Order: sequence, then C-alpha cells, then structure tokens
Amino acid sequence: MITIDLIDQPIDVNAALQTVEDDGAGAINTFIGTVRNKSTGRPVIRLEYEAYDSMALHQLRKVAEQAQQQWPMLRKVTVIHRKGTLNIGDVAVIVAVSTPHRAESFAACQYIIDTLKQVVTIWKKEFYEDGDVWVAAHP
Amino acid sequence: MNLKIALFGIAREIVGQSTLEVAAPEGQSVQELLARLQQEYPALNRLSSLAVAVNNEYASDDAPLHERDEIALIPPVSGG
Repeated sequence: MITIDLIDQPIDVNAALQTVEDDGAGAINTFIGTVRNKSTGRPVIRLEYEAYDSMALHQLRKVAEQAQQQWPMLRKVTVIHRKGTLNIGDVAVIVAVSTPHRAESFAACQYIIDTLKQVVTIWKKEFYEDGDVWVAAHP
Repeated sequence: MNLKIALFGIAREIVGQSTLEVAAPEGQSVQELLARLQQEYPALNRLSSLAVAVNNEYASDDAPLHERDEIALIPPVSGG
C-alpha cells in the first residue's frame, strides 16, 4: 500500500508512522528531513518550498512504485512532503516503509528519499539575513 | 497552435510570471521550444539544468508538443 501526500500544514509524524504499520512487518524505517539553520556556512532564517503539485504527486507515486518493484517484500510505503513556508526545525519530508526484515527497510527508505531529491518537482528557496537563493539552481 | 507553459521556482522568477503562452508550429519539439525560451530569457541558460515536462512526465528533447498538452518548465529540483 502506498500513501503519498503534499501538504501545506505541519506533517504529523506519528500519524504518518501509523500508515505503515503492518502485521507482516518486522521493521519500520523512517527518514525525516528537517530544516537546518545553516547552508554552506550561512545562517538560514526560513525556507519556502514551491511545488508543481500534480507532477510532484505523480512522480512521488512512481518512486514508491519503483521501490516496490525493487523490493517486492515492501509492505507499506508513505511519503509526505510539506510545502509553503518552513522554519528551522520543521519537518519538510517524511519517508516511512515497512518490511518483514530490517535490511530491505533501510535500502528502500534510502532509495526513496535519494530518488525524490532527483526527480520530484519541488523547489526550495533559502532565506538569509541578507538575501535568498533557490537551492541547486546554478552550478 | 498555442502552447501554455507553467513556470516554477527560479524559472518563474526569471520570466516574471507563472504561465507563458507562446504560438508555435504544430508538433514543435521540446528542444525547439527550450531553445526559443532560452533565447528570449538568457538567464535560463545559466541554470544547472532545465527540463520540460509534458502531462506530468519528463519529456525527451525530440518529443513533439501539442496544443492540449500540459507543459511545464522544470528548473533544477531541490525537494527533500
């Protein structure tokens, strides 16, 4: 089972974890991405995430489906990404997977967050005391 | 035909609006559209990458575009 969401409200981590609970799972693995107070040494005040919603949701689902093909023992997958304005410490993304055994849970969770960062149409803008930058926009 | 192009992130800021409408010959390729836009908005050339999405999928350079396609300009993504 796959749960995908893109929301402009705080992510409820406990509720997200409940969506991957499964009687056949001996492992639940979670990645939680949070807003850091520094970027390349520069203090960050806040972030803004912008999304191309329909494509982001479609691509998120595809990434989760690819993980299921690669690790057929995956029981449940949940990916929730936040958008809008986020402050230091806020949860930006959660990936949670459940599997019978732990090794596949680590691998699948890492695959999903790594691939999300490469393909999902979400953009992050960092705000500093003296300006702002679209992350990764320029070489 | 008229193409409607959705713009996001730094591409939206470079162009100065969130959608663009351009007249193009039927079947114009992704690559041809990109070349046009990069000529009109040179700051697009300085991005690390610039992709085109058609109907929520990344499109290849030679893919032909059609009037009813949902087209978007995709600057380097930075989610997570």
